[in-house]
Amino acid sequence: MAEIPEHLLKRAQAAREKAESQTQGESESSPSPEKSDDAQTIDTEEEVAATDELAETALDVLGQELGSKLLNSHIATGRGLWIRVGIEDWRFAAEVAKEHLDCKFFDWLSAIDWMPSPYGREHETEQDKLNEEPEDNSQEEMTWGYTGGESRFQLICRVYSISRKIGVMIKADLPDSDPRALSLIPIYPGANWHEREAREMFGITFDEHPDLRNIYLPGDFEGHPLRKDYPLLSRRMKPWPGIVDVELLPGDDE
Amino acid sequence: MVSTESEQMAYIAAQAADARVNVEVETDEGMTLNLGPQHPATHGTLRIIAKLDGEKVVAAEPIMGYMHRGYEKLTEVRTYPQVTTLVNRIDWLGSFANEVPFILAAEQLMEVEAPPRAQWIRTLLFELSRIANISLFLGDMAVQVGATTPVFYAFRDREFVLNQIERVTGGRFHPNFDRIGGLKDDLPKGWIEETGSVIGKMRDFCDEMEELVLGNEIFQARTRGIGVIPPNVALGYGLSGANLRASGVDWDIRRDANVGLVYDEIDWKVWTHPDGDSFSRFWVRLQETREACNIIEQLLGGIPAGPIMAKVPRIIKVPPGEAYVATENPLGEMGFYIVSQGDLTPFRVKIRSASFSNMSITPWLLQGVFVPDIISILASLYFILGDIDR
Repeated sequence: MAEIPEHLLKRAQAAREKAESQTQGESESSPSPEKSDDAQTIDTEEEVAATDELAETALDVLGQELGSKLLNSHIATGRGLWIRVGIEDWRFAAEVAKEHLDCKFFDWLSAIDWMPSPYGREHETEQDKLNEEPEDNSQEEMTWGYTGGESRFQLICRVYSISRKIGVMIKADLPDSDPRALSLIPIYPGANWHEREAREMFGITFDEHPDLRNIYLPGDFEGHPLRKDYPLLSRRMKPWPGIVDVELLPGDDE
Repeated sequence: MVSTESEQMAYIAAQAADARVNVEVETDEGMTLNLGPQHPATHGTLRIIAKLDGEKVVAAEPIMGYMHRGYEKLTEVRTYPQVTTLVNRIDWLGSFANEVPFILAAEQLMEVEAPPRAQWIRTLLFELSRIANISLFLGDMAVQVGATTPVFYAFRDREFVLNQIERVTGGRFHPNFDRIGGLKDDLPKGWIEETGSVIGKMRDFCDEMEELVLGNEIFQARTRGIGVIPPNVALGYGLSGANLRASGVDWDIRRDANVGLVYDEIDWKVWTHPDGDSFSRFWVRLQETREACNIIEQLLGGIPAGPIMAKVPRIIKVPPGEAYVATENPLGEMGFYIVSQGDLTPFRVKIRSASFSNMSITPWLLQGVFVPDIISILASLYFILGDIDR
């Protein structure tokens, strides 16, 4: 991971201190007198000890029905429920969520390409050397998100239960050699367009899909744009502006 | 250059052929009718190919992608604060509402919470963009079924709301005002009173629309019982927002899955309609505009004092994790699924936009309807092209 250049950090720190002293000085005229006092108390006390009961019960139901097919699960308190199943159980898991958890609402379906970008992490390229060949970063290890993973491509879909007020993220690993899964259309007709999008953007085949044409891209488009190894040309042509782009506060010189 | 008569004729024939792309006639399988990509009844570049048998639609196929801008890929090369500029352009009629779910998702990952004052102002602007967005729908739906006056009233009165948004944010359409941890600025002086009087005007506008459109015999004939969506089908296709509530499903993210906005602290109501037809979709949106006026009036009266920005680092790095936050945008559920690996840029962002799912029902819904109903159904489903194509 790239270090943020020290001079920038220092500048940011100085600007922050300056801004603080300013707000304190102006507090009589501003409409909110307790400005600086409040700001200190707000984000320090963030102790949410509560467990997520809705998610726990939902996970119990799924665990009972899926049994050993449930590979992994994750509950982020108050933020949702993630489960991971094998790709052969992909449709079955959706069916279980619909039948036993009353998840009738089909939210969305997509995929994640976990391969680190062969062009390096974008912000590291501040020292972009435009004429050099991009480094080969393909040896870098993949790190997966919640519920882990084993392969480069992961399918993810979210279904929601209006009666239980709980949404479930279902993930499944796709085989690297031939990413292919069963279509969810028989269970959720709304999966149709989402699967078409996932196919053109990631090159994932959905079996039993009636009409796997491109949805956005022209029919003769080559490549799958959301894969990490698909270059974003406009980005490759120009140096990374991000880190020098930090807004200055009023009165902040340099 | 065209000189001889035969060349002239060939030239005219070629021009005529170019102009005729809109209708193709096939003798065996009936007729194919092509609407768009620049049809006046679609706002934006949506194209629909309908196979007809007489006046009846046998199959209809929407074709999108004329405006696909690849935002999901672009977010991977933008820092978190820069992404709001992009997502502003998704639903351009209610832009501020687009920024909110992205910012909330990033705040969840950073475990930052905006101070109360910022949350109230966010909710205020959120509802103002709802009025700006839906008031245009109210006029537009009428114009698509043949009444020209309401759309001018809609454009006239929407301007008041846009002015208020502009006075706070500096932008009529693309505010880019939301920040991780709060807002860019506080409200300007005198804004609260002014907004109060604008809300009065918008209430009058709603009454006017009700009198002009809702009771109109022709409007009712064009929309009642047209394009009926049963609740279970609506859920299976992922319809959200007013389209779902018009099918009788009592679900609103603002009430049932609220994250980071202050809807719990005020008194308001979710409107549903049991019919599921084009008329009920119009009716629900009209009531929602009134309810938004209601919400704004209450919010204006209770904005707490305090800072508008929480403490966040100057250079924003989001800790590794995944988060999905959805909000009830004017068009329906809009959500952002952010995968972060601890960098300055998101690792992957999935944008769940309302219109994409709302439109995915059209092949099912347009089967068996008559040609003029295509227009009233599409108008009542209400989509913004930027929200479909992203």
